[in-house]
Amino acid sequence: MFQSLPPTAGVGFKSAHFTDLANPGDVTWLEVHAENYMLDGGPRLAMLRDLAARFAISVHGVGLSIGGEAGLDTAHLARLRHLMDWLNPASFSEHLAWSSHDGAYFNDLLPLPYTAATLDTVCAHVDQVQQVLGRRMLLENPSSYLHFASSTLSENDFLAALVDRTRCGLLLDVNNVFVSAANLGTDPRRYIADFPLEAVGEIHLGGHEAQTDQTEAPVLIDTHSAPIADPVWALFGDVIALSGPMPTLIEWDNDVPAFAVLEAEAAQAATLLVGGRAR
Amino acid sequence: MSDFVGFAAALTTPDLPRPTALFDAASRGASNRYDIYRNNIAVSLTDALAANFPVVRDLVGPEFFSAMAREFLRENPPRLPIMAFYGDDLAGWLAAFPPVAGLPYLPGIARLEALRRHATHSADAASLDASQLAEIPPERLATLRLHPHPSARWMIDPQPVLAIWKRHNGQPAATDQACEILLCRPAMTVLQIAAPAGTCATMDALAAGLPLQDALPARADHSAIFAAIFAVSALSQGTNT
Repeated sequence: MFQSLPPTAGVGFKSAHFTDLANPGDVTWLEVHAENYMLDGGPRLAMLRDLAARFAISVHGVGLSIGGEAGLDTAHLARLRHLMDWLNPASFSEHLAWSSHDGAYFNDLLPLPYTAATLDTVCAHVDQVQQVLGRRMLLENPSSYLHFASSTLSENDFLAALVDRTRCGLLLDVNNVFVSAANLGTDPRRYIADFPLEAVGEIHLGGHEAQTDQTEAPVLIDTHSAPIADPVWALFGDVIALSGPMPTLIEWDNDVPAFAVLEAEAAQAATLLVGGRAR
Repeated sequence: MSDFVGFAAALTTPDLPRPTALFDAASRGASNRYDIYRNNIAVSLTDALAANFPVVRDLVGPEFFSAMAREFLRENPPRLPIMAFYGDDLAGWLAAFPPVAGLPYLPGIARLEALRRHATHSADAASLDASQLAEIPPERLATLRLHPHPSARWMIDPQPVLAIWKRHNGQPAATDQACEILLCRPAMTVLQIAAPAGTCATMDALAAGLPLQDALPARADHSAIFAAIFAVSALSQGTNT
């Protein structure tokens, strides 16, 4: 029904907001986490079926462990294929990260070194996912708290090579860019300037929290539990000035507020998207 | 050892040393930053477990639950990325966890919460109606095979698990006795009932494909068992002989 995500604002769907979505305001599409819907039946799937008749849906996976060194879990990939066939969503995305190791699932997005070897592995995994799903996927840039001594490629070069080799698209999380730059001491504007924007199919905006690490150094944590920070809004403005309007998601996964708060963030994104220059 | 093996090894094991060769913004060793991932994992898995076992959490209190969850998740990390099914082995683990030995009903509560979750997320299907069974000629009943609804679940516990669960959810609870519990989700809501002795054995036998004459325990109140089964609509459409 919805072939693609519109270049307008969406929100991460929370079941507490189901009835609010009768009056969605500036929320024009929804994103759901794939793993929350890998179920045989029941109220969650019924709710999603209802929403999919009214909104374009983005399915966002958190459990494939695409950045891991081990082969993808083919049983999990089959569950994903089953969900995608049932829902036929407008988009599928996953993360440049890993979350499983040796049979254990960590429920977090873990970092990988950027090397020729890990690039080969991630390319093979993305190829496999795109082949099994029969569609192009988007891969999201991570939020980082550290980097590996063994890395030989920049994240940008890694992602550009990945796009080149697999023809996948990218999901640009602007908050992750800001968080990583602050934590790794790099320049977020430079990151955006070097990013392969032509491959971007979706943008994420979310909230972070400032803490200090054990050495009393400031560190930003990607919590998705707060309003979007002003410098992230500014960076988003820079992105869409270059890219033109893009499907833009407000992500708020923890301490989820009333729908009106999310809708206000979506309205702010919508205003900036209208101001963004066309490509 | 690869970066991945080194990184994964100490994520849920605080006693193990953190991996080296990780750096922060100033290119200083970033083993302290590694603790952010350790903390994220512990918090997210504890939250997932708390969401799946709200009554267990209420019964022991949120602080005790969090401390207990940290121990559980170290020994039992999820094997699937589907958090709706995390903690299926919590009941068995609690039964062998000495600090909760004074709460003998706790493992049963955990089992009931897990069964309710599985009933919630199992396949949708139409239930067999009592009147449909009544239409079957009596001479065919003995060899009739009935099938549990895909969302039907059942358990026996020596503790008054259902009464405790109900009180915690503000529902009247009559008995404080050991019971058999039968659950099913014929539509969008899970139904559950304290079932008479022999109900679980009957459901086990039906699930194994036995005909009615072999499925009903000899010394049991068959009409009471069927009343419970139909009260929660625990059979599927479709019968065969």
